[in-house]
Amino acid sequence: MNPVFTSEIKSKADAILAKYETKRAPILEVLRLLQEHYGHITLEMEAACAEYLEIPPIDVREVMTFYSLFYSRPKAKTRFHVCRTLTCSLLGGEDLLKYMEQKLGVKTGEKTPDGNFFLETVECLGACEIAPMLQLNDREYVGPLTKEKIDELLNKGRKG
Amino acid sequence: MEKLISKYFIPGKTFWLEDYLADGGYQAARTVFEKYQPKDVVDLVKQSNLRGLGGAGFPCGMKWSFVPQNTGKPVYLVVNADEGEPGTFKDKYILVHAPHLLLEGILIAAFANNVHKAYIYIRGEYVFPYETLKRAVEEAYAKGFLGKNIFGKGYHLELVIHRGAGAYICGEETGLLESLEGKKGFPRLKPPFPAVVGLFGCPTVINNVETLSYVPFIIQRGAEWFAKLGSDKNGGLRLFSVSGHVKKPGVYELPLGISLREIIHTYAGGIPGDKKLKAVVPGGLSAAILTADEIDIGMDFDQLRNKGTMAGSGGVIVMDETTCMLKALLATMRFFAHESCGQCSPCREGTGWVHRILERIASGRGRAKDIENLLDICSFMGGTTICALADGAAMPLRSYPMKFREEFDYHIQHGQCDIREVGVPIHA
Repeated sequence: MNPVFTSEIKSKADAILAKYETKRAPILEVLRLLQEHYGHITLEMEAACAEYLEIPPIDVREVMTFYSLFYSRPKAKTRFHVCRTLTCSLLGGEDLLKYMEQKLGVKTGEKTPDGNFFLETVECLGACEIAPMLQLNDREYVGPLTKEKIDELLNKGRKG
Repeated sequence: MEKLISKYFIPGKTFWLEDYLADGGYQAARTVFEKYQPKDVVDLVKQSNLRGLGGAGFPCGMKWSFVPQNTGKPVYLVVNADEGEPGTFKDKYILVHAPHLLLEGILIAAFANNVHKAYIYIRGEYVFPYETLKRAVEEAYAKGFLGKNIFGKGYHLELVIHRGAGAYICGEETGLLESLEGKKGFPRLKPPFPAVVGLFGCPTVINNVETLSYVPFIIQRGAEWFAKLGSDKNGGLRLFSVSGHVKKPGVYELPLGISLREIIHTYAGGIPGDKKLKAVVPGGLSAAILTADEIDIGMDFDQLRNKGTMAGSGGVIVMDETTCMLKALLATMRFFAHESCGQCSPCREGTGWVHRILERIASGRGRAKDIENLLDICSFMGGTTICALADGAAMPLRSYPMKFREEFDYHIQHGQCDIREVGVPIHA
């Protein structure tokens, strides 16, 4: 048995595959399944995914690097994806991003040395009505952001 | 103003199957399955003047009539829920508040086009909308609104929700199809159009979430009624997403053809702090901007196109007098540079150059020929690529310096902004 596709993961992946016309079509869903299970996707997992879907490993690499929601390195505990597109920019998003960089002592795209926080910018997340906003931990939308709100998120992250 | 889709937008509430049925849900689909032929539905939708509300504005009924039914291949329905045009957030409201309205629209569209397998492609970042939709689909399967023998008529429809993984270009319909086939989202050369050669090489109907969500209303209340709600050849209402410098940002469901002034000042409450309006993006980030004295315009696909901009996805972004237009254009072009898929050189290189030139000007190192260069790049980006992303970048890029030339020149000559307001968000 493939060490990446344990019997539990394989049965979930098989169920996904059954819904599609071709083996390769659900690659995003299969990669997401691996990421949900392992936290991030290593080269070894990419190769296992390629073998499972019966496609060349380079095709998996291509998909991994084309889309922005996959992690190829271990994730920080608390992750901030701060929107910088027009509406968020108009309403102060960039100043808040600078504030977060200062508070965390990292630049955009970096993880704090203790591995607790990750700060990244993203393009429009479809939530301009709560601008300026960010996505927390690849899940919850938070906005409208203020410095106080950011302090609160940071405190929660430090405790959590 | 009567609300159609947005009557379901009650904060904190999702109309689950039980609530939706209590509100008369799935009656339109039942009528169609019991009394109509597929062609009747296509004709009704044609007569209703329903336009594609994802952004292109293509007449929905006409799109359906292009699907060949005699190829021996299955016909697919693909629902575009990859809402990503900046300034647009209306589909999210449908997914969260009225998922069954969308499912009913899908059911009717499937019947009209002889579809037995449909996919909903939802952007990966929409986690809660996905979870809501997933539960609604499970409910619909459990109660026989999806699956086998729907309404006891022997009709079957399978529906798969497919999540994207963060790529604006996958909202472009052929990029979406590539992504759905498990590849990176490189748009396809057209023709052939997806109606003929689409998903897995088969005829495919691709519709936006909002477009399909209006279909049950058209069935229930008639094509003529729907057409009359809007303006000439622009049937019905649409959901305008309004954001930026307005007192009440949000989704407003209003007739196609309503004036932009009314949207900004009446519905969205005007501009905070009684500041003056400076510019507006009328239809998502890819649209050319309008100045404050151009807002007495009817917001439909034809009127806006005649004004050199577009109705697009209905995303209205409002900018007040404190906005630095250079910074606004920089944020805009940074987006396109980031989201260009890299397939076509004019777009991949052009959006990158433009972004870098604008960054340089913003940092105080503008050069005399910069604006000419920007417009030159703009002229080779439009119309030279496989998909419309480059055209969508060229449209705002041309409009900003055209309408605010003095401000751009000032930036280049003085290395800073002439907006002196202290503490404004986008400033020099």
